Amino acid sequence: MILARKFYSSKMKGLLVLTALFVAVFGKKTFEGDQVLRITAKNEAQIFLLKELSEQEHLGLDFWREPVHESLPVDVYVPFHSLQAVRVFLRYNQIQYNVMIMDVQDLLDDEEREMVKYRTIPRSTDDFVYTAYHDLNSIYSFMDMLVAENSNLVSKIVIGQSYENRPLNVLKFSTGANRPGIWFDTGIHSREWVTQASGIWFAKKIVTDYGRDPVLTDILNNYDIFLEIIANPDGFVYTHSNDRMWRKTRKPNPGSSCVGVDPNRNWEIGFGGPGASSNPCSQTYHGPSVHSEPEVKAIVDFVKSHGKLKAFVSIHSYSQMLLYPYGYTRTSAKDQVELHELARKAVSELQSLHNTAYTYGSVITTIYQADGITVDWTYEQGIKYSYTFELRDTGRYGFLLPADQIIPTAEETWLALMAIMEHTKNNPY
Amino acid sequence: MKTFCSVWLLLSLVELSPAPPASQEPPLACTGAPDPAPPQPETAEDMASTGDLEPTHYPARRAAQVALHYLNTHHGSPFRVFGLQQVHKASAEDVGAGGRKYKLDFSVTDWGSGSAGPALRCSADVLFPRTERHSAPEVQLHCEALHQINSTAQEDDAFYQKYISPDSAVSARDIPDSFGNMSEEMQPFWRLARVAASFIMLRESSENTEFNMAKVASVTQQESREEQLMLEFVVLLHDFPSQEIVQWKLLASWSPDRGVRVLQTEWQPRCPHATKPPN
Repeated sequence: MILARKFYSSKMKGLLVLTALFVAVFGKKTFEGDQVLRITAKNEAQIFLLKELSEQEHLGLDFWREPVHESLPVDVYVPFHSLQAVRVFLRYNQIQYNVMIMDVQDLLDDEEREMVKYRTIPRSTDDFVYTAYHDLNSIYSFMDMLVAENSNLVSKIVIGQSYENRPLNVLKFSTGANRPGIWFDTGIHSREWVTQASGIWFAKKIVTDYGRDPVLTDILNNYDIFLEIIANPDGFVYTHSNDRMWRKTRKPNPGSSCVGVDPNRNWEIGFGGPGASSNPCSQTYHGPSVHSEPEVKAIVDFVKSHGKLKAFVSIHSYSQMLLYPYGYTRTSAKDQVELHELARKAVSELQSLHNTAYTYGSVITTIYQADGITVDWTYEQGIKYSYTFELRDTGRYGFLLPADQIIPTAEETWLALMAIMEHTKNNPY
Repeated sequence: MKTFCSVWLLLSLVELSPAPPASQEPPLACTGAPDPAPPQPETAEDMASTGDLEPTHYPARRAAQVALHYLNTHHGSPFRVFGLQQVHKASAEDVGAGGRKYKLDFSVTDWGSGSAGPALRCSADVLFPRTERHSAPEVQLHCEALHQINSTAQEDDAFYQKYISPDSAVSARDIPDSFGNMSEEMQPFWRLARVAASFIMLRESSENTEFNMAKVASVTQQESREEQLMLEFVVLLHDFPSQEIVQWKLLASWSPDRGVRVLQTEWQPRCPHATKPPN
């Protein structure tokens, strides 16, 4: 006993040395440099020391195999900050050990890599990452998943093909046949990434709120909602692969080395006027003729064949504006007063969430003269509630809006869209 | 085509004179090159509109944006950049031998102090000359409490000390990146680029343009001169009415004492069919 005590006290010095070398730990986020040691104690005294070691909580050791008997190996997880101290202790006391795992983080990284391979492909729309920007394939997969998960409510319609033969997908939310409809499109200008990202969020919002939110449920019990999340898929792919600032379609222009037509100048209303460019190299090139772009023609055909759309909202960015017809003329729209008042209400709803300031008015007075635009045409087709949004921000990030603003943008915009839908439902025509 | 672009750019580099796109011929070597900011023809109402303007409509907003660029050229720094918040009142009148003067009452916020920065009230006179060749607008500006807002002297000095050292050689691209990400280290450089770009945006503005800086394509630190940080930027400007993205290369200097100065600017035409501009 006395021998043990004497032995113990000199070994305690070793432990004190250990403690002196220790640096406090405040929670780890990475396991870089951590190791797992396999210790072979050769006698009872060394086992005793290892037991003492295991009681030094500040070292953060984790014994995978406790010190029990000198015939059994002792495995201990040693965080990086304690490594030197532990090694010094073991050497000082001549306790044999070898390194079982050189770097725990490396091991975890390998494992994560395997997991991530499976994790990046979401298995359901609940798994989908709404707080990030996605590419075309991910978004198209999202659409299919949403339909599969909500087949009673959602279906996918292909309204046409883009110039490069990509399907133009529209999600149809419907609870019954022969209903009048409400249309939303996002991403017609491909560089306006917050719009496609918001469209994804709207789709999920609709299926989540149907049957839960009385206003939306009432809307869907009377109207179908059509949502084209990627109205310009060729342009969208191009913003990922080549030019983040691409706006137009990707159709070549004969006789010019410049590609693409502005799909929001290609509509048959004031076509070719001064609010568009006749230069194929321009960002506002109206195209060789009305509806020359398959992306535009597909919507035109859909609207005409449906015949009962009552609201049409085309979503762009940036500027923070809610706009109504006209863009091609200063003559006021017949329903200007009502459209202006509804815009005021929608903007007020939007602002109530995050205090985001929007201006509103007709296209031509508020933003600029623009000829051959979507909502002028839809308005002339008799769709009274025709609006264009310009989402966040006002120029600080512009098209390159950080992903952490996707959900706040989508949430506030949704309130405005709900106001428009509710008004449409309460004012049938 | 690519060689033509490079040749043209080599020739243009030789000149090194500021080349405002509004008045410059498109490069011949790029067939069908766009006029980067085609002036929108004014409608009869624009011409006649004298007196009070609707503050939420574009004529007032474009003039306010010009005043904003002016403000940033004078008061911008690595830790201070202003953004337009709201136009309160605006009016316009034709003046003498061509030219239209706007009187504005508007608010700005400091983007450098986070999204909850206090608003600063400003008033400005912006004169757009009506000359055959484009000339820069003239601005007179007064902002309340400009000298009362929190000084950024400490951050300015720390930033200056860090990068004025002879081994400093900052070089970065795509600020922010496609996803809007910008590292904290790059933020002061982004602000400096925005301030330097404001010199160009101010100079190039007319009643038919509305400029913002879309992104910083690159920043390359040059050897410090006369104790000034020397930075070469390539910036992409976005013009709203034409929706064009216009690329400019510029050389700017900065120090806490002298502020931002722009020494050289060069318009870099993007050959429309090329996806990336020739370097």
